[in-house]
Amino acid sequence: MSLNGKTTIPEILKKYQAELLTDWLKEQAAAGIRRDNFIKETELRQQCSEFLSLLTNATQSGNLSDIFAPEWSQVREMLTSISNSRTRQGFTPRDIALFVFSFKRPLFDHLRKEFAHNGEVLADEIWSATDLLDKLGLLTTEIYQKNREELIARQQEEMLELSTPVVKLWEGILALPLIGTLDSARTQIVMESLLQMIVETSSQVVIIDITGVPTVDTLVAQHLLKTVAAARLMGTDCIISGIRPQIAQTIVHLGVDLSDVTTKAKLGDAFLVALSRSGFKISRSEGEF
Amino acid sequence: MAVQKDEVMSVTSSADIVLVRQIVRKWSVELGFSLIDQTKIVTAASELARNMVDYGGGGKLRLEALSEGIRRGLRLTFEDTGPGIPDIDLALKDGYTTGNGLGLGLSGSKRLMNEFEIYSRVGEGTRIAITKWR
Ligand SMILES: Nc1ncnc2c1ncn2[C@@H]1O[C@H](COP(=O)(O)OP(=O)(O)OP(=O)(O)O)[C@@H](O)[C@H]1O
Ligand SMILES: [Mg+2]
Repeated sequence: MSLNGKTTIPEILKKYQAELLTDWLKEQAAAGIRRDNFIKETELRQQCSEFLSLLTNATQSGNLSDIFAPEWSQVREMLTSISNSRTRQGFTPRDIALFVFSFKRPLFDHLRKEFAHNGEVLADEIWSATDLLDKLGLLTTEIYQKNREELIARQQEEMLELSTPVVKLWEGILALPLIGTLDSARTQIVMESLLQMIVETSSQVVIIDITGVPTVDTLVAQHLLKTVAAARLMGTDCIISGIRPQIAQTIVHLGVDLSDVTTKAKLGDAFLVALSRSGFKISRSEGEF
Repeated sequence: MAVQKDEVMSVTSSADIVLVRQIVRKWSVELGFSLIDQTKIVTAASELARNMVDYGGGGKLRLEALSEGIRRGLRLTFEDTGPGIPDIDLALKDGYTTGNGLGLGLSGSKRLMNEFEIYSRVGEGTRIAITKWR
């Protein structure tokens, strides 16, 4: 490392804080980080100066390699909060990481000045600095990634709720159009909201339409059979519609017995059955045509 | 018989089962299977993938596009290192389940495909290869 075998980066950070800050801000402007109206000049200066002082403090421990050690916790917290707010503002992971990486040049410049006559020490110091800043930069990318994953999980949950509507088609007739994969989490929600609606509307017939379910395997079949059985216990008849030819064949080969359940290829046909079971009759009025 | 293309994927969760169905569907379409055959293959894959996750502690799926003369085929091999199946004939009986399923996954997927090979040893694991030709 330096002359006495220890890194001088902590001292350099301390000694040249003001210059480093100015250079760093310049560097960020040059790096073309998207700024427009999202982050004001003063806010960025404030962020950078706070980060620089936290970084300086953390390095005083002499530990420049393990950023997950306790003395680095404030730096990690600050990077987390910067990543979080920038992700929300629509920054790319590149832009977020550049916040850290753009500090390389200012720091390297100062190291070069300091050790202009000692190439070996300079190489060592630059290695320590680059190793540290790489780790911090990668941390922002990891945080970004985690944010995205959380976002996707949230959206999936929202979709679970969105994609299971129970529609009242007619007095006493409900329709449940199922769309997508019937995994167990979703089927649970479907069953609950269906049974709830049956109670609320005291429906006599429910049409479960599986036109939008791409695969009917034994698990899906079992969920359907359970839903039908539960509805039946409440005195409600179920009709399953949307059974396309390829699905019908597959169900037969699987050996699933749907003979207890009324099934129809099309939702419209199921609706007619439902109407007639509820005592309605559809006829085309004569005379007018 | 020649293997034209192959791919291995790991199957350990129900999210992976969704992925299995999507990838198997894609391969079936690429190999020119009819809509009915696509549906059969995807359904069989869904069954065996779920068995692997539910009973085999997760495992691997190998997809292979086959050609033999002018015939083309798709072979799917499911392999886990789980507890194995003590009595294969019993497991293949319609309605037999040690979970609380319908007990139709194994026998059903056998009926949905052209070839079905099963190898299982207690304490070592289970390997099931299914093939569809067109
Ligand atoms: N990979 C496996 N490892 C260990 N045991 C298995 C495996 N696959 C199947 N089995 C055993 O074979 C039985 C029958 O499997 P099968 O898929 O036919 O029915 P199931 O999974 O119980 O119900 P489902 O009709 O929903 O598929 C299972 O209950 C299980 O005991
Ligand atoms: Mg099964």
